[in-house]
Amino acid sequence: MSESLLRVDSLTKSYDGKTNALSDVSFSIEPGEFVALIGSSGAGKSTLLRCINRLIEPTSGVVTFDGKDMGSLRGKQLRIARRRMAMIFQGYNLVLRSNSLENVLQGRLGYKSSLAGALSIYTEEEKQSAFNALEQVGMEEFAYTRADQLSGGQKQRIGIARALVQDPLLILADEPIASLDPHSSTVVMDHLKRASKELGIACLVSLHQVEFALEYSDRVLCLSHGQFCCGGKPSEITPEVIASIYEEVEDGIAGVSAVQEGVTPVQRAGR
Amino acid sequence: MTGHEKTLAAPSSAQAYFFKKHALMVAGVLVFVVLGGLCSYAVGFSPVTALQEFPNGLYWMSVHFMPGEDAPKALGKILSALFMSIMDSLAAAATAAVCAYICALIGSRTVGFGGIAQFIVRGIASIARNIPTVAWAFVLLACFKQNEFTGYLALFMKSFGFLTRTFLETIDEVPNGPIEALRASGASWFSIMTHAVIPLSMTQIISWLLYMFETNVRDATLVGMLTGTGIGFVFQMYYRSYRYGLSGLVIVCVAIMVIVCEVSSNYVRRRVK
Ligand SMILES: Nc1ncnc2c1ncn2[C@@H]1O[C@H](COP(=O)(O)OP(=O)(O)OP(=O)(O)O)[C@@H](O)[C@H]1O
Ligand SMILES: [Mg+2]
Repeated sequence: MSESLLRVDSLTKSYDGKTNALSDVSFSIEPGEFVALIGSSGAGKSTLLRCINRLIEPTSGVVTFDGKDMGSLRGKQLRIARRRMAMIFQGYNLVLRSNSLENVLQGRLGYKSSLAGALSIYTEEEKQSAFNALEQVGMEEFAYTRADQLSGGQKQRIGIARALVQDPLLILADEPIASLDPHSSTVVMDHLKRASKELGIACLVSLHQVEFALEYSDRVLCLSHGQFCCGGKPSEITPEVIASIYEEVEDGIAGVSAVQEGVTPVQRAGR
Repeated sequence: MTGHEKTLAAPSSAQAYFFKKHALMVAGVLVFVVLGGLCSYAVGFSPVTALQEFPNGLYWMSVHFMPGEDAPKALGKILSALFMSIMDSLAAAATAAVCAYICALIGSRTVGFGGIAQFIVRGIASIARNIPTVAWAFVLLACFKQNEFTGYLALFMKSFGFLTRTFLETIDEVPNGPIEALRASGASWFSIMTHAVIPLSMTQIISWLLYMFETNVRDATLVGMLTGTGIGFVFQMYYRSYRYGLSGLVIVCVAIMVIVCEVSSNYVRRRVK
């Protein structure tokens, strides 16, 4: 139990004090494991990922990462814990005015003193590791290209390179392929998979594309209304299970637009 | 109109919507005209007499303010005063920008130190901004007497107040994504500032800085008259001694200077992209 890389115990998050965006969620992740997180829009996937690295403060619950209780960390200690868990975003979140190399090197900022970080003083090894990371994601020729000149798929590969130079134990990816075409999606997912299998970096990836989740992950967690409704090996996730998660969305959308006819009794019951 | 008739099938709510929209437009114009008329009447401003007297005034101005043969001799003095005023404006804008940027980073809603810092910075900025430049000039003149520094300081206060406010808004508008990404990677506050906030706000900041410089160049004349420095002082000197021709020359020089500053700052603005 204590060997788990990441343990989440009864994590609860409420933004408004009334409804829970996340209620009583518990799971753990082993080193090198590739875990997909699926669930309809608004199910709480982003909230869960952000509570793990405390970009959002959880309302209650315990997150233990690499033997440390994240909730108890402050200031420098929190920064030290965060640098071993990289994050990848749907919107890439690169500094668009800077080039790829600088964006990748920013992954090292957690390891640097305020002064060295602020003045962009990087060691030779750090520069070398940045080029290695760029090479790993096949972006070395774009090292000096400004990030705003890259395509979405290329930006996300820079995002992965930035995560890799952090030398992370865990990568949290929040819908990394939601804005990409199928080909770029495959490329990005392949890079994540390789990080997990070859470098032993655990990955927790939230996804809307169920096929990708089933194809790439070792384990799937399904989130619905802030709670885990099911989970297991991809082979155990049957089409019925998936339908039960996503039907509720359509019902939810119908509820908002109030025009959709012929809602089935099952969908009604789902609310 | 024909298009309108074809779309008669559109829901009646649309008709009501556009009727309301057009009615509002007409009402707005009416209010504007009526208010303008009432206010002119109240202050005794008559557009008709104004139009009649305007040409006379213009004629008088062009005769008396036309630079005469003493112009070349005075030009050296005017240009050196002009140079001082430009330097004052530039120095005030630049130093105010540095101070304002630091204050804005600290007082920003999104990346600042929060609560109290935000309150203090916004308070100082709004005091500095809401006291008019002219009032600053009078107050500072009493404190520091008549010298270049007083003129500079008056421009500085106004620039600082204005820039702090605009920088606060610019910084709050910096996209949150990159900042969040750096925070997630364990970067310190300073690193987040230099790697994300500063580069992402820089073009806007430079644009505002140039705007401030232009405004200062324009204001420098007035401030100079009040604090007895730079080009304003020279203008006043000629004007008070009824040498309107030379006053006119000063005005021409100021106008040229303002245009040159505007053109060159527009050029810089276009290059910084
Ligand atoms: N900053 C916030 N303030 C208030 N409520 C929020 C905030 N962020 C998310 N929520 C709410 O929390 C719930 C979960 O949102 P979350 O963003 O975690 O969902 P998600 O599964 O990531 O959805 P999506 O697939 O659309 O990204 C939603 O009901 C949302 O309205
Ligand atoms: Mg989300």
